Amino acid sequence: MSATISKKAVGVETIGMTMRFGAFTALDDVSVKVSTGSFHALLGENGAGKSTLVKCMMGFYHPTSGDILVDGREVTIASPRDASALGLGMVYQHFTLVPSLTGAENLVISREKVPGVIDWRKERAALAQFMERMPFKLPLDVKVAELAAGEKQKLEIVKQLYLGRSFLVLDEPTSVLTPGEAQEVLGLVRAMTRAGDLTVLMISHKFHEVTAFADDVSVLRKGRLTGTGCVTDLDHRQMATMMIGDQPIAALDSRAEPKPDAEIVLKVKALKAPDRTGLKSIRIEDLDVRSGEIVGIAGISGNGQKEFLEVLAGQRPRDAGEVTVRGTAYAATRAEARALNVRLIPEEPMKNACAPKMTVAENISFRTFDIDGNGKPVSWISASAIRSFSARLVEQFKVKTASLSSPIASLSGGNVQRAVLARELTGEVDLLIVSNPCFGLDFSAVAEIRARIMKARNAGAAVLLMSEDLDELLELSDRIVVMSDGALVYETPIAQASVQTIGEHMAGHH
Amino acid sequence: MDATEIGLWGVPLAILGGAIRVSTPFIFVSLGEAITERSGRINLGLEGTLVFGAMSAYAVAVMTGSPWLGLLAAAFAGLCFGLFHGWICKFPKVNDIAIGIALMLFGSGLAFFFGKPFIQPSAPDLPAIPFGAWSDIPQVQAALDVNVLFLIGAALAAFLWWAFRNTRAGLILRVVGDSSDAARAMGLNPNTVRLAATGVGGALAGIGGAYLSLYYPGSWTEGISSGQGLMAVALVIFARWNPLGCFAAALLFGGAGALGPALQSVGVTQGYYLFYAAPYILTLVIMIATSSPSRSLAGAPGELSITK
Ligand SMILES: Nc1ncnc2c1ncn2[C@@H]1O[C@H](COP(=O)(O)OP(=O)(O)OP(=O)(O)O)[C@@H](O)[C@H]1O
Ligand SMILES: [Mg+2]
Repeated sequence: MSATISKKAVGVETIGMTMRFGAFTALDDVSVKVSTGSFHALLGENGAGKSTLVKCMMGFYHPTSGDILVDGREVTIASPRDASALGLGMVYQHFTLVPSLTGAENLVISREKVPGVIDWRKERAALAQFMERMPFKLPLDVKVAELAAGEKQKLEIVKQLYLGRSFLVLDEPTSVLTPGEAQEVLGLVRAMTRAGDLTVLMISHKFHEVTAFADDVSVLRKGRLTGTGCVTDLDHRQMATMMIGDQPIAALDSRAEPKPDAEIVLKVKALKAPDRTGLKSIRIEDLDVRSGEIVGIAGISGNGQKEFLEVLAGQRPRDAGEVTVRGTAYAATRAEARALNVRLIPEEPMKNACAPKMTVAENISFRTFDIDGNGKPVSWISASAIRSFSARLVEQFKVKTASLSSPIASLSGGNVQRAVLARELTGEVDLLIVSNPCFGLDFSAVAEIRARIMKARNAGAAVLLMSEDLDELLELSDRIVVMSDGALVYETPIAQASVQTIGEHMAGHH
Repeated sequence: MDATEIGLWGVPLAILGGAIRVSTPFIFVSLGEAITERSGRINLGLEGTLVFGAMSAYAVAVMTGSPWLGLLAAAFAGLCFGLFHGWICKFPKVNDIAIGIALMLFGSGLAFFFGKPFIQPSAPDLPAIPFGAWSDIPQVQAALDVNVLFLIGAALAAFLWWAFRNTRAGLILRVVGDSSDAARAMGLNPNTVRLAATGVGGALAGIGGAYLSLYYPGSWTEGISSGQGLMAVALVIFARWNPLGCFAAALLFGGAGALGPALQSVGVTQGYYLFYAAPYILTLVIMIATSSPSRSLAGAPGELSITK
């Protein structure tokens, strides 16, 4: 069995790679050289073509033109199987583990040679031995669907190492990991590149990771290679310029003075709801969000934030308690959301806020397609109104899409997020509920989205912001509330907030 | 001895016998459908496959004198229907449910067309093993006269249950059924796997049909199937895609179906026909009792169009 992680690293080079989707050119003559045993970072704004480039390397897409060299030899990679035979492997941006299989089953079945009848006793022993070499523990006997996002991501990476890859592509591997976990995982692959066992190509939006771990960096912009070089020769500003050119970066509006007597918009009282396992429940005793303030909810993922958001979104039934918006009971129906101007930006927008196979234009118009300019229901839905409305929003929020009538599922990760933001932040907003809004976005998009949230706040919206990124909360919030084990355990105004204390409450040490 | 002598004991005995006799086609069709659905596709055409299998088994058995050749012919016909379904479904924008309904009607129609000359002649039966030979009570003997196909079906259910976890083919099937993307990333071709799974599913449904015409009821008529093929599809969902569950559900369904005739045989003359609806009522009740508004169906393959 081939569960060894000591194999020789290989280098990969693309020459003149071009990829067109219909009339849209996602990659234009891109030549990137990832040398043997190096840790190479690939940067670029959302929709720049990073995922497309690596998917071409993996045989997932077939480039319109261009060649691939592996260890200097020209090869044809027609399918992921060919790539895998050459020792090339990839951790995709969206999970590719099979949810209903256990971790162990996922690992074994993805091996190139699987015996017809699997001897689980032997496999388990081999897996246990392999896992001992990993710096973290993973439960391999539960279904992948039951793992937390961070665990899934680690399992994806472990899977590639288990397969004994010589060249590994990581597409935004750390976006669902805590900083500590990211350190562990990247440290592990970094050590393997140092030992000459592995070559790594990592796509990332986080400059600090690039500087800390990578040797070389290449930058894509609108499908073209705009720069490449040694990490030590480049600072963050130079990388940023290669990514976006000389565009200005959106600056955060200065914070309008909060009014302590502002109207309470969202009020949650004695809320009780089952959590995702159905065994425990979340309890929100008392939470108010006033007009013109951002209340940030901090917490380690899996402490009930997701369930709380689902209750507010109407996706999860509640056992008890009340949610009121402006004094009116709120059950998240479409009519109520419209009457009270409640807007929602959930996490995993493709799953929670989009109809993947419907077009970009339709998805952007979900809130408004059935009303006219005065909020009256229309009797006839106008396709041209939908088009012009969404064209305006796509322009305004810089959503990169091949066309308005492409299915939203074909958009890059960051652009799906932008499309949802465009829909939710347009029009009058009294209450904005946001969860991890900057997940997977490039730095300029992050700046822009934070600026938009701040703008909504200054315009008088009450904002409830849930985020796993403490820096984001510290930057935006007026008050921070910590959620731990299904309850709100600590509250502090931003002026007195200390990362130390918040961290302790997040970890449940109080 | 007659029914009155063993009195009311006749009812559970008849139910047991009925369960064994009636359930066999359900077992085969639902196991076939379980394989197909585990691969992420639904084949509603199995009703047509069942009827066509019944016809071809009967016809071949009449012509060759061998029920086993008839069985093979049915399996082969089922395989062809399954592969045809699988082949059409690989084209983009084709809906597997619609194709299934079309094939259901097509299979039955074709069977009636080719089957006309075989309504009169009689074919040899598939053999049964008299497990009840130790007793001299005819009811016991009748109930325990077990056809070999039932035993094969039971063994097959156990085998599939094991194979879904412990063989490469089983795991590949589950991978494809749960996530096409993951399968492609692994270098598997989901369409090929589904084609094979639909083919095998069709072959099993054909065997279920052979049982109908070659053992119980044991002749070829146009009304030979009373929707077993369709009910079996429901049984798979009811059994949560678990082969052992399919087997149990088929038995339960067969037993419930035998309730009406059994009551009639012990002399209940009124209202027994209500019990003919027992299997359907039972299915409904269990479906409602085991479903939940807040959970999606546990164990449902992720790529299945009805649960997506
Ligand atoms: N299958 C497809 N069909 C049509 N267009 C596509 C397809 N896949 C990608 N695109 C387009 O190609 C462009 C590049 O997408 P890609 O996923 O490579 O971006 P990315 O650099 O990975 O961005 P992100 O950081 O948001 O993940 C996008 O504009 C996207 O809409
Ligand atoms: Mg990407």
